[in-house]
Amino acid sequence: MDTDLAILGGGPAGLTAGMYAARARIRVALLEKGQPGGQIAATEIVDNYPGFEEPILGWELAQKMEAHARKFGLEVVPVDVTRVSVAEGGFQLTLDSGETYTCRALILATGASPVKLGIPGELQLVGRGVSYCAVCDGPFFRDQEIAVVGGGDSAVEEALYLTRFASKVHLIHRRDELRAIKDIQEKAFAEPRIQIHWNHVPVAVVGNKEVESLVIRSVINGSEQILRVSGVFFYVGLRPNSESFRDLVRTDEWGFVVTDAQMACSVPGIFAAGDIRSKMLRQIATAVGEGALAAYSAQHYLEG
Amino acid sequence: MSKNEHLYHVSDADFEQAILKSDVPALVDFWAPWCGPCRTVGPVVEELATEYAGKVKIAKLNVDENKDTAAKYGVRGIPTLMLFNNGQPVDQIVGAVPKSRIKELLDKVS
Repeated sequence: MDTDLAILGGGPAGLTAGMYAARARIRVALLEKGQPGGQIAATEIVDNYPGFEEPILGWELAQKMEAHARKFGLEVVPVDVTRVSVAEGGFQLTLDSGETYTCRALILATGASPVKLGIPGELQLVGRGVSYCAVCDGPFFRDQEIAVVGGGDSAVEEALYLTRFASKVHLIHRRDELRAIKDIQEKAFAEPRIQIHWNHVPVAVVGNKEVESLVIRSVINGSEQILRVSGVFFYVGLRPNSESFRDLVRTDEWGFVVTDAQMACSVPGIFAAGDIRSKMLRQIATAVGEGALAAYSAQHYLEG
Repeated sequence: MSKNEHLYHVSDADFEQAILKSDVPALVDFWAPWCGPCRTVGPVVEELATEYAGKVKIAKLNVDENKDTAAKYGVRGIPTLMLFNNGQPVDQIVGAVPKSRIKELLDKVS
């Protein structure tokens, strides 16, 4: 396949870029390895996207964004791009099947994924009580005690969501205050089923065939305690999905892509938008704005 | 939904007959409608059902409607892709992964 503009990733940033590009009648294709929606498809409700004062379900917002982009003629191609390289007149995209696509300009919108801490037992027990998706796996823990690790918006929001199922939610946070925004903090403090373990870090997930407990350690005095939980949900940050182009464009020390204010990357013709960018705030609202800007900049590049 | 003739939909009731007594290895996609990543992996599983037709039986099991089977095999995270051979679970992948990862799993038994 050959196109003028290829967009990698079908989350809010990619879908918005696709919508703007399709509306500008650019020859564009959005390449997405699964179903469009990105991380919002794994989010229960979206409470802070303007225009939806009644919280909207994550997957529902994702579907609306996809439908909106398709309305203007955006083509969504279900393929997994494993490598991006410079080619004559543009770029070559290599798929996991070995097939190659070419394009003249490119928007990177591959987003980010939950960080895995890699403590003993964590990776071995994924799907057996360890989870990175409360919406997916919460219902398996009805009337059970569980733990959530982290102190940011995602951690505290998901801890609140999990109180619908769990009899008790232990929130493990390494500091003595939460990073989550105040509105979410207040809800968590008011929820009797959430117990916050301040100044603690997880040390190991214990269990043979399934999670039986979580060992946590005080960062103040090093003392350890065992929490009898059947589930552990990790929300300790995001890592960039930048494997396929990390060597090509400039990234920050964590692998997030560096752009200028017009979303242009270090290689002319490559733009980036959304969670993949090196920046302070990762939200649907920011992703959408960057997607629009990236499409506009790509259009100028193509016409320039 | 799917019109793929090679993709099976199994339940608590017919799991033994369809999967455990299958004469070829079977891959079961444990999923639920409320799970975003399940929708990511769903189309990939459908493609694989066609590609591996006759070699590996590929089936979907809704964990909401079939809690017994999910509990029996200790599934507490979805999507879980569990590979069965000769009536036993032999390997599994949890979470939405690239198609190539799933093919590696299937190629071990087909």
